[in-house]
Amino acid sequence: MTATTARPSTVVASRVPALPMMGLLMRRSLTAIRRIPAALIPVVVMPIFFTVAFSGTFRGLTQLPGYPTDNIYNWMVPYACLQTASFGALATAFGLGRDLEGGFYDRLLLSPAARWVVPASGVLWAMVRALLPIGITLTIGVAGGMDFPGGAEAVLWLMVAAFGIAGLGALWGLGVMYRLRRQSAGGLVQIGLFVVMFLSVGTVPLELQEGWLPHVARLNPLTYILDLSRAGFVGTNAWADIWPGLVALAGSAVLLGWWAMSGLRSLDP
Amino acid sequence: MAAVTVAGGVPAGRPHLLRQAGALSWRAVVRLARQPQAWVPATVFPLLLVAVNSSAMSRVTSIPGVVPPGTTFLMFLLPAAIVQGVMFGAINGGAELATDIQTGFFDRLVSSPVSRPAILVGRLGGAMAFGALQAVFFQVVLWPFGADVEGGLAGRLVLVVVAVLLSLGLGAVAAGLSARTGQAEAVQGFFPLVFILLFLSSAFFPTQLMSGWYKAVADHNPLTWMIDGMREQVLVGFSASAAATSIGVCLAICAVGLLFAVSQVQRRLRVAS
Repeated sequence: MTATTARPSTVVASRVPALPMMGLLMRRSLTAIRRIPAALIPVVVMPIFFTVAFSGTFRGLTQLPGYPTDNIYNWMVPYACLQTASFGALATAFGLGRDLEGGFYDRLLLSPAARWVVPASGVLWAMVRALLPIGITLTIGVAGGMDFPGGAEAVLWLMVAAFGIAGLGALWGLGVMYRLRRQSAGGLVQIGLFVVMFLSVGTVPLELQEGWLPHVARLNPLTYILDLSRAGFVGTNAWADIWPGLVALAGSAVLLGWWAMSGLRSLDP
Repeated sequence: MAAVTVAGGVPAGRPHLLRQAGALSWRAVVRLARQPQAWVPATVFPLLLVAVNSSAMSRVTSIPGVVPPGTTFLMFLLPAAIVQGVMFGAINGGAELATDIQTGFFDRLVSSPVSRPAILVGRLGGAMAFGALQAVFFQVVLWPFGADVEGGLAGRLVLVVVAVLLSLGLGAVAAGLSARTGQAEAVQGFFPLVFILLFLSSAFFPTQLMSGWYKAVADHNPLTWMIDGMREQVLVGFSASAAATSIGVCLAICAVGLLFAVSQVQRRLRVAS
């Protein structure tokens, strides 16, 4: 009887504040990496591969009249940064799938924290996790001869775009996983990310594309986020290159945030 | 004794090796067909890459010496699509042996009167059949968009033969890894390595436009020799010497793959018996 009468005040009193809870969940993700260091191998290898392969294979594109830069690293490194940042989203999605299959997620939802805290910590972790591949990619780019016509501000916009993609990718992955509730759905998350990356201005600017692709790429928000990431590498941080990317990031965040949260609600019986 | 043997001396309860291998190959093909997640990526991803890259990079053909006059970048990419699809498919096919080990089907096969070589031959037969199908599929699907083959029927046949042999070689490597690890995930982890080798070749871009150490690696990558041989059939016309180069590279991959696969399957059989 005591427990029954005391319930309302106890629940309010014991509700866990959001930030410590998010910190704990992110610490858990960090512990998982410490326990399985092999999980870090793709985080290290893929940025190296993307940067070297894209810049090496497609170096000849700079010979095309009208290509925005004669330094292939300035074009490809931002693209590689966004690609590798999106892998943080994949890791978040796979981790969620594992927790859903193993029943741990049900226990998390029973915890006295606000519902949004759990997906938010996943998104935040994807962004934190993106730091390492972005750092590696930039280092390889600089070693390869990348230059910074836009100065330090170039890096700032690249970071905004890359962390934004990590967060957006995580929201996409969470939405898929909440609906399909198994690890194998990670393949679908990956396919979605790859398709969006391909159908953009990853390798070649809109003006040099031909056929159907430029029409699709023009509608793809990633095109504008890529322009944002390259604003200080193929230009000097022109506002015309920056604001469409910021709008694309904000709009996609609203849309994918709804996608993730409605997926979370679908877990309710 | 007549009741237990047939005319050829094969025990009646034990069908001929080829029949066993045929039945197991058919099983591999049926299993593949029933699992879209195994063949859809091997079909869709190469098509997507070709569609995107041919549209994004078609202006590369304006650079002199990249492709012969009158040909397109889509034609340039046709061999890459076939090789990429075959790589996906063959590794998935080989990884199915690991699934058989994980589910216990391999043990049941071993305890049955099935011939031991048929276990591997059957698995690789399925991969080869899928490889042939992919080579035909990519040629048929991309043909209406302008991916013609200048080498005609002979050139098209070379593309199919290379696809079949590459399926055999890579399928054997994947089957060997399956037998070694018994884990499908471990075998799937082999794919990124192969994909990196594919990127470090002439598959997606002409090596004439690469430079420095990257070009040197691409020029000396056997996958470049194989793909360039296929590409000559598509862009220039049938060439016996180019076909021989492509097929030769595939045979070398087959030799290495089969040696590895046989040794690992034998090891697995020793453990199982």
